[in-house]
Amino acid sequence: MMSSFLFRAMDARAGIFLAIMAAVIILIPAGNLLVPEGSAFHVPNYALTLMGKYLTYALLALAVDLVWGYCGILSLGHAAFFALGGYAMGMYLMRQIGTRGVYGDPNLPDFMVFLNWQELPWYWYGFDMFWFAALMVLLVPGFLAFVFGWFAFRSRVTGVYLSIITQALTYALLLAFFRNDMGFGGNNGLTDFKDILGFNIQADTTRAGLFVASGLALVICFIICRSITRSKLGKVLVAVRDAESRTRFLGYRVEHYKLFVWTLSAMMAGIAGALYVPQVGIINPGEFDPANSIEVVIWVAVGGRGTLVGAVLGAVLVNFAKTWFTGALPDIWLFALGGLFVFVTLFLPKGIVGTFSQGWTALRQRRISQALEAGSGEAPDAPPHSPSAPANVTHATPAPKATDPQPAE
Amino acid sequence: MSLLKSFLLFIGLMACAVSGPSFAQSDAEALRPLINDLAKGKYAETEKQIGELVATGDPAVAPALEALGEGDLYFRKSDRMVFIAHKAGKGYALTDPLTLEPAGEAGRREVTKIKVNNKLRRVLRSALGSLTLMAADPQVRQAAAQAIFKAQDPEGIDALNAALAAETDDGVRKVMEEARAAAVLNSDLDDAQKLEAVRTLSDMGNRDALSLLIGVQSSADGAVRDAATQAITKIRKSIAAWDAAQNIWYGLSLGSVLLLAAIGLAITFGVMGVINMAHGEMVMIGAYVTFVVQELIRTSAPGLFDYSLFIALPLAFLASGLIGVAIERGVIRWLYGRPLETLLATWGISLILQQAVRSIFGPTNREVGNPEWMSGAFEIGQMTITYNRMWIIVFAMLVFTGLMLVLKKTPFGLYTRAVTQNRRMAASMGIRTPWVDAMTFGLGSGIAGIAGVALSQIDNVSPNLGQGYIIDSFMVVVFGGVGNLWGTLVGAMTLGIVNKFLEPYAGAVLGKIFVLVIIILFIQKRPRGLFALKGRAVEA
Repeated sequence: MMSSFLFRAMDARAGIFLAIMAAVIILIPAGNLLVPEGSAFHVPNYALTLMGKYLTYALLALAVDLVWGYCGILSLGHAAFFALGGYAMGMYLMRQIGTRGVYGDPNLPDFMVFLNWQELPWYWYGFDMFWFAALMVLLVPGFLAFVFGWFAFRSRVTGVYLSIITQALTYALLLAFFRNDMGFGGNNGLTDFKDILGFNIQADTTRAGLFVASGLALVICFIICRSITRSKLGKVLVAVRDAESRTRFLGYRVEHYKLFVWTLSAMMAGIAGALYVPQVGIINPGEFDPANSIEVVIWVAVGGRGTLVGAVLGAVLVNFAKTWFTGALPDIWLFALGGLFVFVTLFLPKGIVGTFSQGWTALRQRRISQALEAGSGEAPDAPPHSPSAPANVTHATPAPKATDPQPAE
Repeated sequence: MSLLKSFLLFIGLMACAVSGPSFAQSDAEALRPLINDLAKGKYAETEKQIGELVATGDPAVAPALEALGEGDLYFRKSDRMVFIAHKAGKGYALTDPLTLEPAGEAGRREVTKIKVNNKLRRVLRSALGSLTLMAADPQVRQAAAQAIFKAQDPEGIDALNAALAAETDDGVRKVMEEARAAAVLNSDLDDAQKLEAVRTLSDMGNRDALSLLIGVQSSADGAVRDAATQAITKIRKSIAAWDAAQNIWYGLSLGSVLLLAAIGLAITFGVMGVINMAHGEMVMIGAYVTFVVQELIRTSAPGLFDYSLFIALPLAFLASGLIGVAIERGVIRWLYGRPLETLLATWGISLILQQAVRSIFGPTNREVGNPEWMSGAFEIGQMTITYNRMWIIVFAMLVFTGLMLVLKKTPFGLYTRAVTQNRRMAASMGIRTPWVDAMTFGLGSGIAGIAGVALSQIDNVSPNLGQGYIIDSFMVVVFGGVGNLWGTLVGAMTLGIVNKFLEPYAGAVLGKIFVLVIIILFIQKRPRGLFALKGRAVEA
């Protein structure tokens, strides 16, 4: 059964994506470590770190797409889960510094010594062990999302109301983490990391390893998302997105479906944050900024809401543009980003991937009907990218439901 | 103690200034021998001389006495004339002690300081106190009485008694009685007098009286002590009540700021159902309009500065309103019925507007001045009320009332409500719904603009001004209930007051977090806010 679950996740598009990812995961670290520095194919260190960062952003975008693209929950607070995962990892990395800190205290991180704290707060216990930190990376965002979602979905807070209270959530966390007495380093956050799992965090091989880990995490999460969205569960999610009340009246427990996918998405965001922190070397409360969460949403919108590949593509494209703009034309970047928001919502509501696949499907449809009119008489094949989703196999449907996002109300 | 001394000097000088130069001139020659006698020598002699000076009851002698206390009174060896002297270069600059006019200079060896000891200083202090208690200006008398109250000087009692007998001003009389009570409690008078004093202080009922009584409670015994304990309880209660009143005032003030920021949003979000994330930027534009208006006034017509806000208000309304209409016509009208997309597009617009303002005016804070009538403060009971906060509350209420009137009493308001309740039916009745949409959005944005004029008076005018308000404004609208201006009013005031009551216990940041959490929980309970729309409009 599991194999059929996985099998259904695969089709041509997923195959292409996974092949590209495999190439990226193998070639870029190889280009960094094996190719000599003078060569044209050498990947410089900064580029490796930068692309590793993009991969974690892509994972975050994937998480947002899962809830927004497939379930219609527009989260303006996913940066909160991202940052919480990042803080969990940051706490582990802080504990690894040990006596190498400025004050040389074996237990307390520097900022606690600086604030005259005598003991480690209870919530820092256990973070000296990697397995515990890794567990927390999943559990802390997951638990917060579960509690939040349990309240929100049960009382049927939907649409923009939900968006606004997710924004309030991340805003509240932003304010909280800015406080010094929270015990998370206040304004400065956690930084100055030394090593991870015993490897020097600055070393080239560690960076390459982190890159590979980010790539693998992205691939695994992609496959999980893909399996979910192509399964029966995924169909229910799409139904919730398109007509929540109707789905409820058909007998589905809408809030359970939402809660499941919401919590899962938060955990993925947590993983993304945990992989992000060792690569950029710092986590501070700025990551909770509501503006960040909205930016993630625009990555997804650019790439194509409701297409997993689109989320990844959008995250990489927009961030690449951001890197380029902030380097070359820093004053223009916010104009460009703002313009992107307006342009995408007005003219490209399906995003790049959505528009592209819609155009392609339309072209195919026309060809098929031309062929039919020409009297070749052959029955058409199933539509190109959903061979095992019979609900969509009709001539009248120009594009599969899953790539055709509609707001719930 | 030196603070008290300089305070008394100030009072003394004021007394001179007020009693008038002619008065001082005419008596100057009569007083001069008495002043010059201060130089006779021995401490005992000086004390006698001080007594005689005070006996004249003429405030003109105050500066000389004050200078004596400060050690600035000298006599010239050649003719034993007394002067107030200050070091100037190698010698001293002399000042006439009565007329306070410069009286030439003297070498270091030509003058000698008139010495004082601690006993003399005490004598001087009470002498000055009683002198100023008789001054012509009630403010000076009041200040003198307050000084005695602070010092709790039992030697001031006689002077106070004399002053009370002559006092005509009720306000000053009250202060003097309080000062007398404070002095009595510190003296060795009998218990009956002290009980009376405790009663006076208990009626006074502020923090000064409280700290004084706490001192009495620990030092006295018997009936006085019991009376003091009772009085303390009573005063604590009244102070708690005043504190609550002050908190409510602060809360109302914060609430009206929230109301100003949110009320435009209540129209666009509440009435039209459009999520306008660029709303904060409309507020910011209003603030920058104020800045530009003030700059223009400063360079071309400085006399108009006090009216700058009145000039800025209509301009800010127009600027923000026009931008609002442009946004509605250009972007939002294509997105009706797609609230989440509207949210994203308007967020993009907010980024563009922020960056545009940053490019034009620079990223730093801009200086917006307060006009004369908005600075300063006054007191009610034990509350301090600043004028700018008060005017903002008044202004918020005016804006709210005005908006209510527009929506309820004008044809435009009628159209707006009709379109809100049933767009297609309104269109069938001949209302141009696209026009109403644009105008309503313009109205909401324009209101945000005039909110910006008000907020420029209490907040930093920077490109990020709007971002600070956007989440709070949404909280207000969502909490109060969408589509209902009364809900916005109640929501803003409630959040403001709750915030201010939480602050003393939890600190400003934690208080804000609590409020956010409370709202998140509240929305679970009432997903459509305090004043939810009922009936068909909900479904639309």
